[in-house]
Amino acid sequence: MLVRTLTAGTFTAALAVLSFGPAQARDQIQIAGSSTVLPFANIAAEQFGKAFAGKFKTPIVESGGSSAGLKNFCGGVGEKTIDIANSSRKIKPSEIEECKKNGVAEIQEIKIGYDGIVFASSVKTGHFALEPKHVYLAVAAQVPVKGALAANPYKNWKEIDPKLPDQPIQIFIPGEKHGTREVFEEKVLEAGCHDFPEIKAIADAKARANACKAVRKDGLSVDIDGDYTETLARIQRTPTAVGVFGLSFYEQNKDKIQVATVSGIVPTVESIADGKYPVSRPLYFYVKKAHLSVIPGLKEYVEFFLSDKVVGDEGMATDKGLIPMPATERTSVRAAFSKGALVN
Amino acid sequence: MTDSALPMTAAMANRAPRKLVLNEKRVRSRYAAERRFRAYGIAAIAFGLFFLAWLFVTLVVQGYGALQQSKMRLDVNLDAATLAPGGKVDDTTLRAADYTALLRTALRDTLGVGSDRAQRREAYALLSNGADNELRRIVMADPTLIGKTVPVWVSASADVDTLIKGQIARDLPENQRRLKDRQIAWVDKLVADNRLKKRFNGALFVNGASSDPEQAGMGVAIIGSMYMMLVVLLTALPVGVAAAVYLEEFAARNRWTDLIEVNINNLAAVPSIVFGLLGLAIFLNFFGMPRSAPVVGGLVLSLMTLPVVIIATRASIKAVPPSIREAALGVGASKMQVITHHVLPLALPGILTGTIIGMARALGETAPLLLIGMVAFVVAYPATPFDPATALPVQIYMWAGAPERSFVERTSAAILILLAFLIVMNAAAVLLRRRFERRW
Repeated sequence: MLVRTLTAGTFTAALAVLSFGPAQARDQIQIAGSSTVLPFANIAAEQFGKAFAGKFKTPIVESGGSSAGLKNFCGGVGEKTIDIANSSRKIKPSEIEECKKNGVAEIQEIKIGYDGIVFASSVKTGHFALEPKHVYLAVAAQVPVKGALAANPYKNWKEIDPKLPDQPIQIFIPGEKHGTREVFEEKVLEAGCHDFPEIKAIADAKARANACKAVRKDGLSVDIDGDYTETLARIQRTPTAVGVFGLSFYEQNKDKIQVATVSGIVPTVESIADGKYPVSRPLYFYVKKAHLSVIPGLKEYVEFFLSDKVVGDEGMATDKGLIPMPATERTSVRAAFSKGALVN
Repeated sequence: MTDSALPMTAAMANRAPRKLVLNEKRVRSRYAAERRFRAYGIAAIAFGLFFLAWLFVTLVVQGYGALQQSKMRLDVNLDAATLAPGGKVDDTTLRAADYTALLRTALRDTLGVGSDRAQRREAYALLSNGADNELRRIVMADPTLIGKTVPVWVSASADVDTLIKGQIARDLPENQRRLKDRQIAWVDKLVADNRLKKRFNGALFVNGASSDPEQAGMGVAIIGSMYMMLVVLLTALPVGVAAAVYLEEFAARNRWTDLIEVNINNLAAVPSIVFGLLGLAIFLNFFGMPRSAPVVGGLVLSLMTLPVVIIATRASIKAVPPSIREAALGVGASKMQVITHHVLPLALPGILTGTIIGMARALGETAPLLLIGMVAFVVAYPATPFDPATALPVQIYMWAGAPERSFVERTSAAILILLAFLIVMNAAAVLLRRRFERRW
């Protein structure tokens, strides 16, 4: 008896599961991708659900990283695939190829704003007024010493520049799997190293970039593979250290960390938005054009996300730390979306 | 006999009296070794308990604050013109009405804020973004309130909450704080007027995900985890028991069954992320099941729990004495009757214990859920196991990475909730074993 019931139960369950799958039509937007964009996508999704209560469901936002999101996004078209991929970088040509191969021919790129990347140290210790050059000299594996590249000799910030605090060098930088690392390399390390004649002397562009980007391995510069919470915990344990954070994370923890100026500019929403503060990157999401007419609310969601209520100067994503685009850029992004401009 | 025995005793008596225990020094060192051996055991237990206590104490110290949330009492004028223009009171108009405006007016009146825009923005920042939802719920539950001025308790913003709970020192310089001096003065005034108080934070247990810590809750995660456990119970238990019964009672001992047994044992040790990859390939890509759905999560976790169930079931079936089977066969029962009437009922406590322990392990898994889209921000409750949801450990993971200070205590509280679930499940396993276990 027991066995018969159990077997029958299992079969019924299995059948129910299998038959349910394909029959269900999706009426909920599905989003995946970058964890940097996640807080902004979360607030937009939450408020979208609230604003369109009873009409559209609240979108589902998955975390997991830009690359994973785009891979998922390029998996194909149809109800079973996600509609939007959040990304903290531009889609790569190889990814567009992959998308095309799987039938995702029409992708619309939506820029939502900028992410500011800041250097911060414990409030208990000295204040840093950094230049990209300083960070390069503190972090690089090999630095110019007396006309040639040599293993990084600097152990104290004061040795790099007498104006910097008399503190041992200890810097926490984003690990290589983070999108932030790329920005850090490009906007800080490369920007900081190019003025040195020793670097200029390297003829091959690739070798030059590698010389700028190679990070010292003697423990003074530490890759953080976790999130900003880990960097903060480490700074609290070693108050003389400097760490790399997102602007929004710093703003939530102003009582524990102080921000460093870069080239004399204090990172704020304003100074990043008008481009004075150098270390920032654009944030995007990508949407499948083929889904716009099929998934209920998808078009409205994109329009809602691009409204001033969300990405404007006083929008809710801005309150969460997104750096808004200038008004003219917002208008052009909106226009490009409604015109149906494609990425290629 | 006595003759031959006597000389022996005499010979023995002639020698120096010997103690029963030889070589005292060696004996003493043996006893000492045993004492040390026991001390190692006690030290190991103490070591474990110390870290467990450490974990619990930090979690409770950090997490108990999340059980309370600062709420504000505002006298809101439920203006009929705003809520139901044209005097029409129905669900649609009430749902779409602008509750934020009503709350903001009430807050301005309470604080005496003028028309200065910057000042207004600072005042509004004291109020939770989700306070309008709370007011909507109150009004929709009792539409007769419309037109009256009623005192309501709504959530204050997370920044106010951290100030009230003392998580951000108020004597820091103004630029290191989230709240400005003026806002702190307002908060103090509200507290002095008895309008701002810490009250029980029910939202933590009922609400779905939210970007605002004061509105964020474990509701969707709890439901999602329950759906998944239900799916695990409904699939892993019958499939696991059927497999174990066949292997134990019917299958011949040969190379094939040995191979299967080795594989099952191996499967029990496979890292959970592998099951996630399997779930993505089979359930999502091949069968086309929905993303982020607890039913898929449950099936993936079932695959993970299955080996545990099979191993536990086989062990408890083996523990049923053969005499019971032989007696049943002896009175004419069929093989199936022997199994269903005698072996399975006697093995049941062991089977259930194994299943519950396997499920408890599955409850704490995040890695396999990442790949099937359950590490997600889900606001709405899942009506069925086919709707998107998250799980308890996923919620902990997502809160742990959030920048807002208020999520720190919520993370600890969420861990405590997960631990409570685990304790209940493990206690049930112990109880079942105690209650129904038979010894022969």
